[in-house]
Amino acid sequence: MKLITTSAPHVRTNDSTRKIMLDVLIALAPAVVGATYFFGLYALVLSIIGMLSAEAVELFIMRVLKKDKNFVPNGSAAVTGLLLALNLSVATPWWVLIIGVVFAIAIVKHAFGGLGQNIFNPALAARVFLLVSFPTAMTTWYKPMAFFGGWYPADTQTSATPLAILKLEGFSKVLESTTYTDLFFGNIGGCIGETSAILLLIGFVYLVLRKRIKILIPATYIATVLVISSIFNSINPEKYGSPLFHILAGGLMLGALYMATDMVTSPMTLKGQAIFGVGCGLITMIIRYFGGYPEGVSLSILLMNALTPLIDRYTQPVIFGRRNG
Amino acid sequence: MKLFTFKGGVHPPEKKLTQSEEIKEAPLPEKVIVFMLQHAGSPAKPIVEVGQQVKTGQVIGEPQGVISAYVHSPVTGKVTNISKVNSSVHGMAVEAVTIEKTASDDWELLPKIDYLSASKEELIEIIRKAGVVGLGGAMFPTHIKLNPPKPVNTLIINGAECEPYLTIDHRVMIEMHEEILLGIQITQKILGVKDVYIGIESNKKDCIELLEKKWSGKVKVVGLKTKYPQGAEKQLIKAIIGKEVPSGGLPSDIGVVVQNVSTMVAIKRAVIDRKPLIERGLTLTGEGIKRPGNWWVRIGAPISWVINELGGGFSEDFDEVKVLMGGPMMGIPVSSLDTPILKGNNGITVIREQERESTNCIRCSYCVHVCPMNLQPYLLDMLSRKKKYDEAAEIGLLDCIECGSCTYICPANVEHVKSIKLAKKVYRALRGGKK
Repeated sequence: MKLITTSAPHVRTNDSTRKIMLDVLIALAPAVVGATYFFGLYALVLSIIGMLSAEAVELFIMRVLKKDKNFVPNGSAAVTGLLLALNLSVATPWWVLIIGVVFAIAIVKHAFGGLGQNIFNPALAARVFLLVSFPTAMTTWYKPMAFFGGWYPADTQTSATPLAILKLEGFSKVLESTTYTDLFFGNIGGCIGETSAILLLIGFVYLVLRKRIKILIPATYIATVLVISSIFNSINPEKYGSPLFHILAGGLMLGALYMATDMVTSPMTLKGQAIFGVGCGLITMIIRYFGGYPEGVSLSILLMNALTPLIDRYTQPVIFGRRNG
Repeated sequence: MKLFTFKGGVHPPEKKLTQSEEIKEAPLPEKVIVFMLQHAGSPAKPIVEVGQQVKTGQVIGEPQGVISAYVHSPVTGKVTNISKVNSSVHGMAVEAVTIEKTASDDWELLPKIDYLSASKEELIEIIRKAGVVGLGGAMFPTHIKLNPPKPVNTLIINGAECEPYLTIDHRVMIEMHEEILLGIQITQKILGVKDVYIGIESNKKDCIELLEKKWSGKVKVVGLKTKYPQGAEKQLIKAIIGKEVPSGGLPSDIGVVVQNVSTMVAIKRAVIDRKPLIERGLTLTGEGIKRPGNWWVRIGAPISWVINELGGGFSEDFDEVKVLMGGPMMGIPVSSLDTPILKGNNGITVIREQERESTNCIRCSYCVHVCPMNLQPYLLDMLSRKKKYDEAAEIGLLDCIECGSCTYICPANVEHVKSIKLAKKVYRALRGGKK
C-alpha cells in the first residue's frame, strides 16, 4: 500500500485554467458567427488564424525558449489571439494579424513572465501596436454585408464608423445612416467582433452563469459611460451624441464585457473592480469627447491595466476581526 | 427555518456516507501507542517504565508547563516500549508509550465528586485530571479553556461538522444528547453563563429537530447554512452572535467560549462517570474503506488496526491512497499506518489522490471571495513563496486559519495552504515565538 502525503485540502474542484479559457472562447463564439455573418468568411478565417497562431507562438516560447518540456497549451493564448482578431477591421491582411499575435504573446505576455504575470491585456496592447504600425489597414472600415455574403465585403462599400461620423459631422449625420437597431444587432462598420451588442451580451450571460467574470467591472464601466454621456447629452446632443449610442457604438461592449474583465490584468477585490470600471468609463468618454481618436476603449483599459497593482494595493479588504481595531 | 452563516466559504461535496450508521463500540486493540503530545502545548512526561503493568485509565504521562495535559493508559496491560517516534501528524519526533493489552479492562477511576455541589475549581480540577482536550481537532486543554482570562457570558457548542465525510458529531448528537446536555450543564456551572447556543449545519436536520425538542428552554438550537468552514471557531461565533473575534485574540475577548459536542461528552464522563479521556468516537470513512462506519475507539489504536479490524480493510483497486487524520479539507495525511489514533481524531478518511493540473495564478479572484477571514490568499501565497515573511505578516499571514477554501476553489491549483503553513512556521521561528 502506497501512502500519498501531499498537502491539504485533499479535495479540489475539478476546475482548471483551461476550463476558464474554454468558457471564454465559448462566450465569444456568437460574436465570431456574427462577424462571419456581417463581414464574410474572411472574418472567420481571421478569427481562426488568431487563435491558432497565438497557441503556436506560445507553444514555441514555452517549449523552445523557456525549455518547459511539460508545457501543455491551456487556451489562454487562443483567447488573446481571438480577441485581437475580433478587434481588427476586416480590411486587415492576415499577416498583420500574425505580427500582432507575435507581439501580444511574445512581448506583452511572455516578456513579462508569461501566464498571469503580464501587466497589460495582450490583445489590447497588440491592437494599439498595430494601430500605430499599420494605420491605414487598421482604420479602413467596410460596411457589413448581410447573410454570410461571400469571402470579403466589396471595396466600394468603405465607410467611416459611427463614432468617427459623430466626431467629424455631428450626431444628426450619424442617425441619417445608422439606426439603434443596426447598432444593437451589429449591422454597422467597425471591428469584426465589436459591432453586435446582442451577440456579445449572449456570451456575457453565459460567463455570468458560469461565474467566469468579474461582473462589477462591466457594470460600473457601462454605468459610468451612461452617466457621463447623459450629462453631456443634456448639454449638447448634436455634438456629444445620446447615451444609448455611446453604449452601443464602437468597441464599448466588446471592451467592457471581454477586455476590461481579463482576469490577469484587472483588480482582485470588489472595490478595486468598481474603481477599475469607473476609471475605464471616464477615460473612454474623455477620449471620445475630447481626444484625437474617435474611440477610446482600448486606451482606457490599457491605462487602467497599468493602475491595477496600485488599485489592488489600496483596496485590500479589512481582515476578519480587525474592523474595530 | 432561518439559517445563519458567515461571509465567504465553499461548498465541497458533502459525502456523508455514514450519517445513518450508529456508533459501534470497537473491540479492545491488542496494542496501543500513546503519544505524550496529544494536546496543544508542551508534551507530557511519561511516568511509567518499560515492563510496568498499567490499568485502564491510569496516568502514564504528567503535564509539563502551563499548557499541557495528562495522558492515561487506554487499556489494561504491560508497557513494552517508551521511545521517540517520528510522527507525520506532529511533523517531528514525539515520545510515545506502547502498551500491550494483557487483560480486559480493569479501571482506575478518577476521584469521586458530587457535581451538583462541587465548586468551580473542583470541577476544573477533575477535568484537568481526566486529560480532557478539545475533541474538535485543535486539542487545546479544556481545563484552560474553561478558565478564560476574561469573564464570559456565552457558551457556544459546536455541532456544525462542516468537514465533508465526517459524521461522528452528527451521531454523537443523536445518540448521546443526554450526556451532552449534562456536559453542557457542568460547563455552564464552571463558566457561570446563562446563554448557551448549539450551532448545527442544515444537512443535519434530524439533529436540529431532535435537540430543539429535547433541549427546549435550556439550549438555543441554531440552524447554520451548510457551508465550509462553518465549524471554524471564529466563523461559528460570527454566524451565531454576529461578533468577530479580534485579530490575534481569543473568543473570550468578546465574552464567548466554544466547545465541541464530543468534548461535552468527555466532560460528562470525567465528572459523573469518573472516566478519564481514553476513548472517543470517530468516523472511519472514504471510498478507500470497505465498510465505512462510526466507531467508539480507544485512543492509541494504530490506524492499520482501525482500518483492518473495524473497516474491513482497504477497498479493491486502492493501491495508492491518502489516509487522512480528519476529513479531506483539513485532514493530515499519515506517512505510516502505525500512526495511532489521537485524542483530537474525529475521523480517518481514506480517499484517492485527485488528479490536478496546475498553472500560474491567473488572478481570477475566486480565492479572495471565498476566504472566510477576508484575506488575500493569492498574495499571501506569493509573498510566502518569495520568503517575504514580514510583508506577508502585514497582510494577515497569522490570521489565516488554514481552512483550505482558497486552494479548494483555485482553478490554477495553486497550493496556498502549503506555502502559508510553512511561512507561518518560519515567521514564528524567526520572531522567536513572539507575535
